[in-house]
Amino acid sequence: MSGATGLDTDPPTTTPTGPPAPATGQDAPPPPTTRRVLWLVLSREVSTRLRSKAFKIMTPLFVVALVLGIGAASLFAGGTSTSTVGFLPADATAAAALDAAADGAGVDLRTVTVPDPADARAQVQDGDLDAAVVATGADGLQVVVREELDDVTGALLTAVARGQALDAQITALGGDPAQVQAAMGAAGVHVEALDPADPRHGARIALGVITGILLYISLLIFGPTVAQGVVEEKSSRVVELLLATVKPWQLMAGKVLGIGLVGLSQLVLYAAVAVPMALGTGVLDLPTSVALGSVTWSLLWFLLGFALYALLFAATGALVSRQEDVAGVTTPIIMMIIIPYVVGVSVLPSDPDSGLLDVLSVVPLSAPLIMPMLIAAGTAPGWQIALAVALAAATIAALVRLTGRIYAGAVKRTGSRIRLTDALRNR
Amino acid sequence: MCSRPSPGTGRAGIRTRRVWSSDTEGGEVPGAALTINELSKRYGDIVALRDMTFDVRAGELFGFVGSNGAGKTTTMRIVLGVLAADAGEVRYDGVPLTFDVRRRIGYMPEERGLYPKMRVGEQLEYLAQLHGLSAAAARTATRQWAARLGIETRLGDEVQALSLGNQQRAQLAAALVHDPAVLVLDEPFSGLDPLAVDVMSDVLRERAAAGVPVVFSSHQLDLVERLCDRVGIVSAGSMVAIGPVDELRAGGASTLVVDAPDAPAGWADTLPSVLSTGRDVRGRTELRLAAGADDQQVLRAALATGPVREFAHRRPSLAQLFREVVTHEPPTPADPPPPATRRGRARWKKEGRP
Repeated sequence: MSGATGLDTDPPTTTPTGPPAPATGQDAPPPPTTRRVLWLVLSREVSTRLRSKAFKIMTPLFVVALVLGIGAASLFAGGTSTSTVGFLPADATAAAALDAAADGAGVDLRTVTVPDPADARAQVQDGDLDAAVVATGADGLQVVVREELDDVTGALLTAVARGQALDAQITALGGDPAQVQAAMGAAGVHVEALDPADPRHGARIALGVITGILLYISLLIFGPTVAQGVVEEKSSRVVELLLATVKPWQLMAGKVLGIGLVGLSQLVLYAAVAVPMALGTGVLDLPTSVALGSVTWSLLWFLLGFALYALLFAATGALVSRQEDVAGVTTPIIMMIIIPYVVGVSVLPSDPDSGLLDVLSVVPLSAPLIMPMLIAAGTAPGWQIALAVALAAATIAALVRLTGRIYAGAVKRTGSRIRLTDALRNR
Repeated sequence: MCSRPSPGTGRAGIRTRRVWSSDTEGGEVPGAALTINELSKRYGDIVALRDMTFDVRAGELFGFVGSNGAGKTTTMRIVLGVLAADAGEVRYDGVPLTFDVRRRIGYMPEERGLYPKMRVGEQLEYLAQLHGLSAAAARTATRQWAARLGIETRLGDEVQALSLGNQQRAQLAAALVHDPAVLVLDEPFSGLDPLAVDVMSDVLRERAAAGVPVVFSSHQLDLVERLCDRVGIVSAGSMVAIGPVDELRAGGASTLVVDAPDAPAGWADTLPSVLSTGRDVRGRTELRLAAGADDQQVLRAALATGPVREFAHRRPSLAQLFREVVTHEPPTPADPPPPATRRGRARWKKEGRP
């Protein structure tokens, strides 16, 4: 059946359908650069974390919680009611005097005109008015309230009544009440504060505490994620495949950077939602520049803190091979996050200038939680911030070497928990 | 292509301990050999490997067999650099393995290793890119290997959602996706259905034909016998027999089956070179001959008793050889197996490897 020359028989080579075969490594692709390896590992971490159910559920929930929280706070703040006082058309001068007195005292008070005493009583009864002045005379003002007159409005109305009595006397004596009022208005107490309190003190302390809480939550979520990720690779043995082509430090660095990036993005999102809303609704009564400065510092401190703790989490995670053992080795690091946080949020509101906080704000392992609180509260001088940043950065540099050695010495060894000294010795 | 083993090495005529002189492969296959040279590894008092030595030539399918805990996995892990050897070295193309050479090995670890919660396709692309492929090349290679291994419809699924057999196919794809220059596969066939075994066998043969040295471990000895160019039998951390399956079988003490119905009992007991005799269920005489014995002498003796209906050599199967070699490892003067080591190995097996 075959043709003329029966000799040149190439056997019918059954080439199986599949990838083009011959590659013996001679034409192997060049090894990827360090930057590309880091980028690949980092990208995988980011996409894995972004896709995780915990992240997909928690992030929107947190945004909703922030919006609802700020909304509730603004409602509550608005609810410290403006009191409204009604005056008959005839008592316009008294109404103007009350407005002026309220302004001078910095009290939020509004005056309205009511047509007649009966209507005024009805409005007070309905709660539309807090008080109504239904008659003025030589013996002062006759005021209608439902239950009682609040102290501030009472004091202001008293001042108005006395002013009117005074005006009457001055007129009777032939003087000019307006001149006297002007002279009285100019006289007052002039205070020289030796150590003036920040009028926004409360708002700044609140910002400090909220900053602390957010950093604490983020560090406690994303720090242990690093340890779990390391153990996932060990327990699934995928680390054996990876380390045939990736150096241990590259794998560790890519993981820390990737998870840190996800944590940072989440915080940026929270800040982008919460800060404009809090400033806009007046919940946070601070200049925008102060708020933005504080947020920027907080994000920087998240990065410093995450680097510190994540390196420790990665190294300790490498010591064990099963997820159930992770908690056992990472507890000390979790305590390093919890303790400064608890000290910070409990001491800061009552004693923002505490010496204890000043010390903790520069100690590298507590600084990432304490220092941003102090910065937000406005109680840390510049040199203290600079010192804390420098110490944290130096500690990170030292930890990169130390934890890198531990990780490399431990990550390939599966089985029972590896002792720290063995991990350091064995490379 | 290979020289026969010289008779008399070892009790059963099987080569023992690095007596194999690797004669050059007669082929045109490109590529280079993987050489495992005198690897030793201890875990505390326990000897895991003792002078483990063999080579896997370019284009060769090498079967690595041995009892549980004999040292196969330890050897492979040392080749991959997952473990460090106490002594000895691994060479590729005559040069000790460096990190850049190791990244060209395709590896399938015994306990498997993929991210359980990552999608198969993304995972294969990721591994390919870590080995230096561009994103596009990685995608192409992933699709091709998935199609070849029959998991192309599962690329979008998480690894943990796959059946064990498909996970194994994915694992093989992970070992192949970067077009490795060497393949090291630990138990690639365990748990596969017959169809998957065929696919896996074809792929391994094809890679070997492309010049890649392929070494795999297995307990399925019939499969090893069918598939491999050469086989190495490991016991207690050392290579105790190595060579082409046929040669190993030929070198083993052969059994002669003689059907001589009129022969009296014990007719062959006194013949020279006969180690032992027995009868099978059908009344045929089975004789174990020493290596190099003259079977014609036996035939003449059988004919002397009357008619001879059957006279045949029965070669030992690889499984029989394995049992023989592993259970009667001959002591050699140079390297006596210390009893303590044997006990140590038994203990080691129970505790499991780290």
